[in-house]
Amino acid sequence: MTTATARSSDLASRIRLNLRAVVGRAYPRVIGANREPSWFFFEAILPLLGIASYVFIYEAFGARAIETIMDGWCLDHACASPDEIATYVAAAKANTNALIASVVLGGTMVAFWLNVLWSMASQLYWEKEIGNLQLYMMAPMNRMALLGGMALGGMFMTSVRAVSTLVTGVIVFGVLFQVADPLLLLAVFFVTLVALYGMGMMFASLYLLWGREAWHMSALMEEPIFFASGFYFPIGGLIPAGAWGRAIAVAGTIIPAGLGLDAMRQLVLGRTAFGGGLWLFSAEVELGILLVLAVVFLVLARYALAYLEMLAKREGKLTSRHQ
Amino acid sequence: MAAWLGWEMGSNWTEPWLFLLYSIVKPVSGAFILVLMYTVFVLTGNPRGDPAAFAYMYVGNSFFIFVASTLWGTFEVIQSDREWYQTIRYVYISPISYYVYILGRAASRVAVATFAVIVTLLFGVLFLDVRMGLALENVPLFVGSLVLGIAVLLAIGICLGGISFLTAKHVHGLAEGIPGIFYLFCGVLFPLTALPEWGQAIGRAIPLTYWFDITRRVLAPGSSIDTSLAGYDNAQILLLLLVSSLVFFGLSVAIFRAGEHFARKAGKIDMTTSY
Repeated sequence: MTTATARSSDLASRIRLNLRAVVGRAYPRVIGANREPSWFFFEAILPLLGIASYVFIYEAFGARAIETIMDGWCLDHACASPDEIATYVAAAKANTNALIASVVLGGTMVAFWLNVLWSMASQLYWEKEIGNLQLYMMAPMNRMALLGGMALGGMFMTSVRAVSTLVTGVIVFGVLFQVADPLLLLAVFFVTLVALYGMGMMFASLYLLWGREAWHMSALMEEPIFFASGFYFPIGGLIPAGAWGRAIAVAGTIIPAGLGLDAMRQLVLGRTAFGGGLWLFSAEVELGILLVLAVVFLVLARYALAYLEMLAKREGKLTSRHQ
Repeated sequence: MAAWLGWEMGSNWTEPWLFLLYSIVKPVSGAFILVLMYTVFVLTGNPRGDPAAFAYMYVGNSFFIFVASTLWGTFEVIQSDREWYQTIRYVYISPISYYVYILGRAASRVAVATFAVIVTLLFGVLFLDVRMGLALENVPLFVGSLVLGIAVLLAIGICLGGISFLTAKHVHGLAEGIPGIFYLFCGVLFPLTALPEWGQAIGRAIPLTYWFDITRRVLAPGSSIDTSLAGYDNAQILLLLLVSSLVFFGLSVAIFRAGEHFARKAGKIDMTTSY
């Protein structure tokens, strides 16, 4: 066998090994969920209630706005004619639909963000706690393959919840989406997921370093991130709030879900929704930024994992629990 | 002792001020989400806004902190002892009532939630111009309804804890979902009238709906929002809360004992379900 053939065979075998590791780590997440049907109720149905609450806020606001218009008030002046009333009522209904659609899309992305926090970022820490981590570290595959498998399995589990949120939005709340560019929408969605899960892979290493604080870190990255990244409202709503609003919006875009949601809302509601004034950038620019974020997070994840593994081995903490 | 343990575990043995800060950041951020939702509503063609609806939503959301914290603080005890710390077998066989132990663990959450509610309400009054106040003559009514409301919440939390003896590690789904039921149907963020008829019927069957209503009557009187509960006077609501807390206490004991019995029978009392 020549040296070139041996190298090629070695590479092929490593690729096969890592692909098997990806499938092997994704498998328990997919199969574990299927073996336990109660999971669907707890993870996919119950969380819809919280999202429905946010939908009803806008329904209630919209109903009161329409009531005011029907009473003869067209925003800041008395309505001049029934035609003007009809125009303003139609505008109020369109705005309410766009706001509800924003909530539904945000609810879909919340599922992925929670999965990234609790099933990606915290996972290596949990694995250490239950004694699996040393087995992973001894196995011959690349650690990124392990994290990749966790991400794929997590995406499957989470897609069920995300799809049920979308379906509920369309069927129960009558949300109307107008998808003008489905390819761009798909590109934004998948790049957002890659960037999000890349961030989760990076956090997985950091959580291993933070140890017992992992739980609190994840808990702390729920509501504050929902707020800063505009999960339940267009993130551009922060801009008119002054310097602090702009600062929060910029900070929120570090989480890929913020930019991804902004781009997806533009693509499914139309760029003129909300008067076109609540978007951060165009969808194309946001896709470009998301691509950069995806690459950066994946590279950082690779380095963070190697560094943490070395540090944990050097300090002998790789298998010590409750730290 | 359990309350102290609950505080230490909840705070991860950190400094008290750091844990208090952490405990405030989450609920205040939750309030900010609503503030921004309202801001976006105003920006998208409603320049006059709707201060009454905003105050309704803000006060309801502030007191919902009690719901989320108390429920979580109660029903996560079993799963955290069982799945994460794997100490349930030791606590369970010790000569104490596990029911009372859970109440003790939840007590620290209630204390922290009280602090977070006060901070959130003060923030609303000072910086967001939320219209509310507490008249001196209403203090006994407010305190009475608050105590009864928390008693109902603790009892509901123990009911869920009893169920979680038998379930896998669904604590996050439960943590989102069960408060979600109350968030949606109890008129927390919007009046019951915004819901369809069947939703209003569910809301009227949950005692917490009346607790939120009486709290608003005391703190934000004279609101123009039609809650559809004007037919109940304050005394009726207090009586209803008292009866509900007794009923739910009885239920919590029954469900807790049943969950415990079946978990022991099936050998699930100290199971772990990580995957």
